[in-house]
Amino acid sequence: MSARYLIGVFGDEHDLLEATREARGQGYKIVDAYTPFAVHGLDEAMGLRPSKLPWVCFGLGLAGAVAKLWYQIWTSATSWPVNVGGKPLSSVPAFVPVTFEIMVLFAGVGTVLAFFIVSRLRPRKKKPDVLYEGVTNDRFVLVLEETDAAFDVERVRAMFQQHHLIHLEERVDSIPRSLDEEVQR
Amino acid sequence: MAHVACSPLRKQLILGNKSYADVTHDVADLLDQKPSALWYVGMFISVAMLALGVWATTYQLMTGIGTWGLNNTVGWAFDITNFVFWIGIGHAGTLISAILFLFKQKWRTSVNRSAEAMTIFAVICAGLFPIIHMGRPWLAFWVIPYPNLRGPLWVNFRSPLVWDMFAISTYFIISLTFWYVGLIPDLATLRDRTTSKIKKAFYSFFSLGWNGSNRTWSRYETVYMLLAGLATPLVVSVHTIVSWDFATSVIPGWHTTIFPPYFVAGAVFSGFAMVLTLMLIARKVMKLEEYITLHHIESMCKIIIATAGMVGLAYITEFFVALYSGNEFERFTFINRALGPYAWAYWTMVTCNLVVPQFFWSKKIRQNLTAVFVLVALINVGMWFERFVIIVTSLSRDYLPSSWAHYSPTCIEVATLIGSFGLFFTLFLLFVRYLPVISIGEVKGVLKYGRVATSPTETIHTPVRKEVAV
Repeated sequence: MSARYLIGVFGDEHDLLEATREARGQGYKIVDAYTPFAVHGLDEAMGLRPSKLPWVCFGLGLAGAVAKLWYQIWTSATSWPVNVGGKPLSSVPAFVPVTFEIMVLFAGVGTVLAFFIVSRLRPRKKKPDVLYEGVTNDRFVLVLEETDAAFDVERVRAMFQQHHLIHLEERVDSIPRSLDEEVQR
Repeated sequence: MAHVACSPLRKQLILGNKSYADVTHDVADLLDQKPSALWYVGMFISVAMLALGVWATTYQLMTGIGTWGLNNTVGWAFDITNFVFWIGIGHAGTLISAILFLFKQKWRTSVNRSAEAMTIFAVICAGLFPIIHMGRPWLAFWVIPYPNLRGPLWVNFRSPLVWDMFAISTYFIISLTFWYVGLIPDLATLRDRTTSKIKKAFYSFFSLGWNGSNRTWSRYETVYMLLAGLATPLVVSVHTIVSWDFATSVIPGWHTTIFPPYFVAGAVFSGFAMVLTLMLIARKVMKLEEYITLHHIESMCKIIIATAGMVGLAYITEFFVALYSGNEFERFTFINRALGPYAWAYWTMVTCNLVVPQFFWSKKIRQNLTAVFVLVALINVGMWFERFVIIVTSLSRDYLPSSWAHYSPTCIEVATLIGSFGLFFTLFLLFVRYLPVISIGEVKGVLKYGRVATSPTETIHTPVRKEVAV
């Protein structure tokens, strides 16, 4: 079975926001939106849940801090205890700065790597297929899934046109088929 | 709500009524055009300075650090001054990218990319000095606690110098990560735009297949916020630890608890002076007047006034405490700074760091770019001398008068300092040539900030129009 998608293209962030809100309000299934910059409020409009990455950040930071604190105590007091200036071997206050740095390092770098993994970002040899030309420049795209036979393209077009729709096209899986051309024929 | 930003009370951040495509065009075109003659002049001077530095470094590594003016009494001087100076410069970049982000200062978007680049280049310059100072830089890896066949012999984790190594390395890695994450969407924009095959391959590789999906943007914003939250305490910790290199010793003039906040404020102060220097050059050379506006320059001048106040308070406090403490050595050190053989350096520092910034109270001066350029150059000089005064005056005359000694730099040390400036400006000029100097994505996000719809064809939604639409 192949899924059918309807792609609405807008020229302004507010148009996209309003169209997304209305589409979601009317019960259409929103697949994703594609924008040239982070549009604030779009997450709520699409109904996206907040990312769990803060927990990854917290966990990795904690792991880094614990590991580094242990490492400092182990090297200074167990592996080769050296008396420096008569200070206690396991002088925890003196271990705080490095523990902090390693916590930040693990949390920061780890969160970014986790972000790359969950968002499937990895170095590419070739330019990937972008959904619509200009989506990294000045076009805002909303993708709806045509969930059943009752999906009325013309109703959606009318709804999008209130929000200054620039272009509308239907795609089966990912083969583009321009509706505008069809209408002209 | 984003609509709130369209108030006539707010100042426009980006001038020239640009569209989204204009922003892409303006920034990306800079990379496609041949650079201006000014760029070549700048590059020529920078590379010449860098070559001088490379020569001086090679010479001192082959001969030994006896080529410096150091003696038994003054073991730290020019190199550590340069190290602290460069690290401080870097801090303004993190302040702009992280702290102003957390405070939702939208004007940062025009300058954050280049300020972050400045941070990375400044940290590279800073990191070179301790490594050169080791005398045998090929053994620099000994500062890393790795399992070795000498016991294993570990580093002393109670030493501020070890803390420093961890702080600077972490700072460098996190700054680089932050900068790169910010670059990814812009690299994708460039990838979809360029016609050059080589550039397309380069941008495709580094933009990691970014396609503008809002699910990715949503996570991206979360990650950006987390990195800003991590970088903010990090930047404070870095200069705090740098100040501990001094404060944990028992040298009069160094052994003070005021050092961490004093150093952090000084770092931000000097960093903003350097950001302004670079921004004034960049907006002129790259013709970015509509992006880096007078409003940006004025805002940064105001931060300079505030941090100059903090630095001034620290100068007065440490002098007062020294006089009031009843500690003879502490008192002598401070009187010696103001009236002793290095009095010229001390008064240069006071003039440049306390008197010069006061000119920025005047709106006329803040808007006169030549004046701003001269004043921030003087602040850079003043902040370099601050570190010189702290390090050299304290060491040259501490406890025993019989071991007092005078220090003056050799031409090798001066050449190394010039070389570090050469490295810094070479890297910066390469950056403005090959990467987007303005964060395209972030600027688009604030493009309509403070802009009032003037004609019905304007695509901005004023609240009135919104009601009609509903």
